[in-house]
Amino acid sequence: MINPTGFMKAVLLATLMAVAAMTAGTLHAQTAAASASAAAPTTEQRLERLEAYVANTPSPGEALPGPGHNGWMMTAAALVLFMTLPGLALSYGGLVRRKNVLSILAQCWGIAGMVTILWWLVGYSLVFAPGKPWMGDLRYALLHHVTSAPNPAYAPWVSQNVFAMFELMFAIITPAIIVGATAERMRFAAVMTFTAIWMFLVYIPITHMVWGVDGALNGLNNPHALIKSIDFAGGMVVHMASGWSSLVVCMMVGKRKGYGKEKMPPHSMVLCMVGTAMLWVGWYGFNSGSAMGADSIAANAFVTTTLSAAAGTLVWAFAEWVQTRKSSVLGFCSGAFGGLVVIAPACGYVTPTGAVIIGLVGGILTYLAVVKLKVILGYDDALDGFGLHAIGGTVGVLLAGILASPEVNPKLNVLAGKTLWLQQLEAIFVVAAVAVIGSLIAGVFVRLFIGMRPGTEGESIGLDLTEHGEEGYIL
Amino acid sequence: MKKIEAIIKPFKLEEVKDALSELGIEGMTVTEVKGFGRQKGHTEIYRGSEYTVDFLPKIKLEVVLADSLQESAVKAIINSAKTGKIGDGKIFILDVDEAIRIRTEETGEKAV
Repeated sequence: MINPTGFMKAVLLATLMAVAAMTAGTLHAQTAAASASAAAPTTEQRLERLEAYVANTPSPGEALPGPGHNGWMMTAAALVLFMTLPGLALSYGGLVRRKNVLSILAQCWGIAGMVTILWWLVGYSLVFAPGKPWMGDLRYALLHHVTSAPNPAYAPWVSQNVFAMFELMFAIITPAIIVGATAERMRFAAVMTFTAIWMFLVYIPITHMVWGVDGALNGLNNPHALIKSIDFAGGMVVHMASGWSSLVVCMMVGKRKGYGKEKMPPHSMVLCMVGTAMLWVGWYGFNSGSAMGADSIAANAFVTTTLSAAAGTLVWAFAEWVQTRKSSVLGFCSGAFGGLVVIAPACGYVTPTGAVIIGLVGGILTYLAVVKLKVILGYDDALDGFGLHAIGGTVGVLLAGILASPEVNPKLNVLAGKTLWLQQLEAIFVVAAVAVIGSLIAGVFVRLFIGMRPGTEGESIGLDLTEHGEEGYIL
Repeated sequence: MKKIEAIIKPFKLEEVKDALSELGIEGMTVTEVKGFGRQKGHTEIYRGSEYTVDFLPKIKLEVVLADSLQESAVKAIINSAKTGKIGDGKIFILDVDEAIRIRTEETGEKAV
């Protein structure tokens, strides 16, 4: 009689031996092929490459994607998309009246589709190809030459096509932030046309200047930069660009009908909380992903992101409690949002304590901008694109210059010091100026050729029905 | 026949329903309504924008019954719905001309 367990063991052993024999054969064949090629790397060279991979430093040999860094960057790219769809869409969607909830979702999704196609067409190339200090050339148009091989200028161990998709997600969320400023009153066609023009006049030049390999403001990677500024994860590229544009375009579109007279409370604080919490989660991809690999800088960014979001949450809720004796869910959401915005340019450069300081300062300043400044100046920045992103982004860029530490990020050795904040200040003026002027031009074009608003009646009925022919809630 | 319309606090509905059922009242109609009386609304603040909410959520309960039950029904509602605080609601009593049960076509007090 055969013992079943013994039989299984015998089968297993035989299988293992067969696999071992085949593996040995393959290895042997590979070794033979390698020794046949002329310049076989020595063991030392191979070790050097391996060390470069582990440390996420430029590869001494052929540029191949490293699976760990690539894996993290694909995850991070998906997380940044998650920030817009559905994070920002829900965060904004909950804050508008119920008759306009779908218009926000449609604008976010429409922008995601359109910017993706623009990115493939020329956007990626104009931002990340070398060219002029303010714009790249067209060598990567249609993602030509953008393959799974890394582009060592940006990320030595990440496939360039993954890098291009990661950066695409930033290009999507930036114009999507602006739709908050013009919420509840701007036609869909106007939003889409404005975004298309704005990408070329504002996003592409700013991003090339800040992050492009030969960009005018790229202090860390371009030795010939005009202004040697730093921006780790998009304080200038995403938040200042969208925030300063928000101010311009919300004034050009004008106030919502009935603003200041009618009640315009959020229709669902639950949706807003869900969306904002998703934003916080997605922000780990945004900030830690900006390290371009799963390295020690990414780890630091993960910590600073968390601490600044927490500090912003607390200080905003506390400010509310001082003013009204109540801390609201919208207060927690706004504070976390403010803390996340303000740490973006600094997250890979500052210590945990630096992050807490940045979160506290950013939280209180965005609170004052949203709750006080907006009322004093009287513009209708519906969902606070300016108060959160322009103020938070600008403050963050400046504080990054003050608190950046070479102990956290050794790349800063050449820059950090007494004058970095002055470089940051100069970059702030350049970025804000490009955003304001570009948005003015794009806004004038839309006003002349498309028309900004849906008309008084359309606005009263709500954009969901007049612009999209559907309702958010059938109850 | 009388119709009793009571506007009550929403969280008191179960108690009022039980109190009326104990009297042998077998049916009632309930609606979620909004309104205000002496209890004024409240203020909501969203990022610094203040909104006064005048209309507060209440429950409107309607029950039609025989004249003989009116007094005890009113007492039952008062006892079960009262908290003693402003905003407890109101009771209105109306005359009812006729009542008809659709299934059997019975009329009058037999139908309620």
